[in-house]
Amino acid sequence: MGITFEMIDDILIAILSGELDHHTSLEIREEIDHTFDTFQANNLILSFEKVTFMDSAGIGVVMGRYNKVRTKNGKLALTGCNHYIDRILDMAGIYTIAKCYPSINEAISALREEKGE
Amino acid sequence: MEYINQIKLEMRSKSENEAFARSVAAAFTSQLDPTVEELTDIKTAISEAVSNAIIHGYQDRDDGIIKIEMAATATSKIIIVVEDKGVGIEDIEKAREPLFTTGNSEERSGMGFTVMESFMDKVIVESKPGEGTRVTLIKVLDQTNGF
Ligand SMILES: Nc1ncnc2c1ncn2[C@@H]1O[C@H](COP(=O)(O)OP(=O)(O)OP(=O)(O)O)[C@@H](O)[C@H]1O
Ligand SMILES: [Mg+2]
Repeated sequence: MGITFEMIDDILIAILSGELDHHTSLEIREEIDHTFDTFQANNLILSFEKVTFMDSAGIGVVMGRYNKVRTKNGKLALTGCNHYIDRILDMAGIYTIAKCYPSINEAISALREEKGE
Repeated sequence: MEYINQIKLEMRSKSENEAFARSVAAAFTSQLDPTVEELTDIKTAISEAVSNAIIHGYQDRDDGIIKIEMAATATSKIIIVVEDKGVGIEDIEKAREPLFTTGNSEERSGMGFTVMESFMDKVIVESKPGEGTRVTLIKVLDQTNGF
């Protein structure tokens, strides 16, 4: 599992790649939280476009990061959820706490719009 | 039941082995000409069962032994058994409920059994507190892909 970060304003974008399971989620969540704190981000985008496998550990990663951004009164958005990832997130009711957008740009626009309101 | 193939393996309860178990399940299932969707279903289900054995059964200790058996029938049925000799489950019915978890971290969603049930045709859970847990995952593949 790999992870790269981008920062736009106060939005941290975490681009995940590879297989997301219990094993890889342990490192991934620490890296995201650490980077979120270091760059003093308020909002977070998790990109799943390059994720090739995900089980229920992915649900935990999303829920945990949602709790993290909430401590900053921020928002969480997801992008690039393919059919396989979508059915697991949907099953767990994740879309009630974070929406999944087709692209990172659409997620950024959505986060900015919500802030503007 | 007449099996056309069977394998057995034992692995330590190391979380690295979750990916290994998925690869073995995918390789074993491939002989039945599964669709990509069926292959993903099976990989996801075994990943859930093996993770549970490590996280809950052996409580994140890496010196437990997880036994895995796979069998295939001529009628394209895949049977996967994942067994641990860990702490066992007090109330199986409750454990299978969506969102139920005894996991102490906020990172457990309690959706593992629900995922297994929705991706497989049948999930059998046998367990005794203090003795261990045995999860049987069964799926019948769509035979129209084969010949
Ligand atoms: N092999 C096992 N040994 C002991 N207890 C288990 C085992 N498998 C499952 N359990 C119990 O059943 C509960 C539900 O399991 P399930 O996989 O549905 O959710 P979870 O593992 O807690 O969370 P998630 O899978 O979403 O990360 C667990 O919290 C645990 O109490
Ligand atoms: Mg689980």
